[in-house]
Amino acid sequence: MSGVPISYYLVLSAVLFGLGVIAFVFKRNIITVFMSIELMLNAVNLAFVAFARAHNQLDGLVFVFFVIVVAAAEAAVGLAIVIMIAQNRQSLSVERMNHLKL
Amino acid sequence: MSLPVLMFFVCGVLAVTGAILLIWAKEPIHSALALILVMVSLAVLYLLLGAPFIAAIQIIVYAGAIMVLFVFVIMLLNAGAEEHTDFSRLAKYIGLPLGVILIFWAAHWLWRSPVATAEGTGGLIAGPDSTRNLSVQLFRQYLFPFEATSILILIAILGALVLARKEE
Repeated sequence: MSGVPISYYLVLSAVLFGLGVIAFVFKRNIITVFMSIELMLNAVNLAFVAFARAHNQLDGLVFVFFVIVVAAAEAAVGLAIVIMIAQNRQSLSVERMNHLKL
Repeated sequence: MSLPVLMFFVCGVLAVTGAILLIWAKEPIHSALALILVMVSLAVLYLLLGAPFIAAIQIIVYAGAIMVLFVFVIMLLNAGAEEHTDFSRLAKYIGLPLGVILIFWAAHWLWRSPVATAEGTGGLIAGPDSTRNLSVQLFRQYLFPFEATSILILIAILGALVLARKEE
């Protein structure tokens, strides 16, 4: 029906996850580091949907739903922390974030 | 080459291009726009996989709400180009080879694994009742986790308010 083999989706998901890991290691701005986490979550979601399709089970789609909900909550709290840290240190570089207390 | 395969390759190339642009861009706002490109092409892939509800919440929640939050914070903090130090050079020489090894290892493992060769028939997932089947599953078998996420969101709202409030 779809015509695209499931393994294509899985390889695309692996590539996107790896690029997310590279971005996480590379980027020096804390907001961009946060965005690479979102990229990795998206790659995992793609694998979930592909497996759900391959095994004809709806549980994969339910898990994607929960991943998106948790990602939204995480983005709200995480960006609030970023705003607080940026106001305290006048910087967004991750190398200035090596102390929890000022 | 049939139309779904062509669509898959177009959206896959767009998604990978967006991910590379996210790494390449110096300004955070360019990275955010690249991430939106990735999310929109992933939504098209969900439609190809026959999951229209997931595609819709990918656009509404991810590309809409979460990325608007990111762009808003980038504007609020006036985030400019990132600075580079010795430590970031270390990340370049060690992190890049390890990341490329991770990509090839994971892609190779997924390509060869027996679980990936299952061909999607997808009567339950991809049929016209896909969203209905999903909601029945969500509100019967997964009702308790669903209610728990509402408490999670409430806690997240309170946490964000407490953290972002001005100290008096």
